[in-house]
Amino acid sequence: MNIIVCLKQVPDTESQIKIAPDGKSIVTDDIKWVMNPYDEFGVEEALRIKEKFGGEVTVVGLGPKRVAESIRTALAMGADKGILISDTALDGSDSLAIATALAAAIKGLSYDLIFTGQRGVDDDNGIVGTALAEMLNIPNISVVEKVEISGDGKSVKAHRPVEGQTLVIEASLPALITAQKGLNEPRYASLPGIMKAKKKPLEEKTLAALGLDPGNFGEGARKLRIVKLTPPPQRKEGKIVAGDTPEQKAAELVKLLHEEAKIL
Amino acid sequence: MSQGVMIIAEQRDGDIRKISYELISEGRRLADSSGQELTAVLLGSNIKDKAAKLGNYGADKVIVADDPRLGTYTTDAYVSVIAQIVKSNDPAILLLGASTQGKDLAARISARLGVGMAQDCIQFSIEHGRLNAVRPIYAGKAYASVTYSDNYPHMATARPNVMAINTPDESRTAQVIEASFILDDGDIKTKVVDAIKDKSGKVDLTEADKIVSGGRGMKGPEGYGILEELAELIGATVGASRSAVDAGWRPHSDQVGQTGKVVSPNLYIACGISGAIQHLAGMSTSKIIVAINKDPDAPIFQKADYGVVDDLFNVIPAMNKEIKKIL
Repeated sequence: MNIIVCLKQVPDTESQIKIAPDGKSIVTDDIKWVMNPYDEFGVEEALRIKEKFGGEVTVVGLGPKRVAESIRTALAMGADKGILISDTALDGSDSLAIATALAAAIKGLSYDLIFTGQRGVDDDNGIVGTALAEMLNIPNISVVEKVEISGDGKSVKAHRPVEGQTLVIEASLPALITAQKGLNEPRYASLPGIMKAKKKPLEEKTLAALGLDPGNFGEGARKLRIVKLTPPPQRKEGKIVAGDTPEQKAAELVKLLHEEAKIL
Repeated sequence: MSQGVMIIAEQRDGDIRKISYELISEGRRLADSSGQELTAVLLGSNIKDKAAKLGNYGADKVIVADDPRLGTYTTDAYVSVIAQIVKSNDPAILLLGASTQGKDLAARISARLGVGMAQDCIQFSIEHGRLNAVRPIYAGKAYASVTYSDNYPHMATARPNVMAINTPDESRTAQVIEASFILDDGDIKTKVVDAIKDKSGKVDLTEADKIVSGGRGMKGPEGYGILEELAELIGATVGASRSAVDAGWRPHSDQVGQTGKVVSPNLYIACGISGAIQHLAGMSTSKIIVAINKDPDAPIFQKADYGVVDDLFNVIPAMNKEIKKIL
């Protein structure tokens, strides 16, 4: 079973987000870049399936050169090889352009299953994985917290939580799955794993090497354009509920919610 | 020339979901602001008699695709049928719900049509024939205003619980049109083989009107008993912070925050939650926020409309007593 995992880097979720002077991007000076947490679930799941069925796990990263670090992390966890799509023409690309570049890199590879994170915790779009499946003309199952591969390795059953229920969805392979939290607990790379990862192949590709026209990427080619970024609106100052005892405070709070906020 | 506002309604087991009314209401406002027509699209099986009601909320036309294979949502069948309807009607704007179904559907349709799509928006307007949308990014640590290129339709999904629903007008009816489409069985590559109902039977966090959430201050899984009682009394869904989920006290599906669910209820009661930035990111579009925490310096109080500085294990049981008095 050959599996592809797509990954990107995002600011660590503890990061403060500050808007840059151009008003359209964020200040990246103090940002710690990490593998998108949802992509990490994808890497772990791919490794578990490989351990059961054999085959190869290929990690495809896209972004600036620093993304190579996260690909190395995935290789240290146990993935077999990496591809980094890196090209300055990609800067500022929208989700569809990113999916197009990933599709071009993946098209020539042999694969049964593709994992992506269900969304990047930066732009919160949740488009790339599903769009990639569309471009490769394979089925997708989104936001999945459990994956079962059939004994013959020909189909997959995935658990997809939706509002109020969990759907069990079956698809024949090849298919693309977007990973949700709860899918697994990603492993830490071991020291021998880190050593081995240094020798594993990591190939870097530009858009031209993928047969793509750089003119169709980047800020100018965006179909969805950022006009401006703003800080979240300030909430009006709240009040501290008065009272000498917990009982008094509870009574006052319930009164405020009932009479002032009219929510109870 | 692309014209009109189109929304994709959502049904489950033949019942129209609330997000559909939110979309029609917002679609109506956008259509009125730009002098356009509003069309709702409804897919399902034996669903036709539900279509007229969508007119009560403001749809001028309802396009119905009624087929046994559309009773249950599958990405493949829905994308295929909706893409055909969009191509033959050529709307300028296409809105879906940012529900689990809508987000999946919208992403794949946007790729099929090759148009821009803004996910999980909280505000829309039309300026010079272009859709403008506001969407939280970094789970709400910043807001992005976005607009589109000249590729139509301009697509977006709307966050549940954000768009106000119009008062239904029984006298207002929509013209119901049956869609013509081609759907090959071979195009449907995914199949729903089971639907496991959540044991709690509660409204999902993303759709809940009220949420009672507990964090590290709950001290353990047993601490949630008083939150469950409070939730039961006020009709709320129970949520949790990441530290409570990571400690194994609550399931992943309960997590509110940047790596969990982003919620916007009318009332959010945060109990024993300090307010880590990644948690605040997931709940700051809630309309009224209450924080109950012993630590007066907890960051959650910066976001709270009402703060109670005290031991939650004393405050919440007393609250439950008080609430029983007013119910």
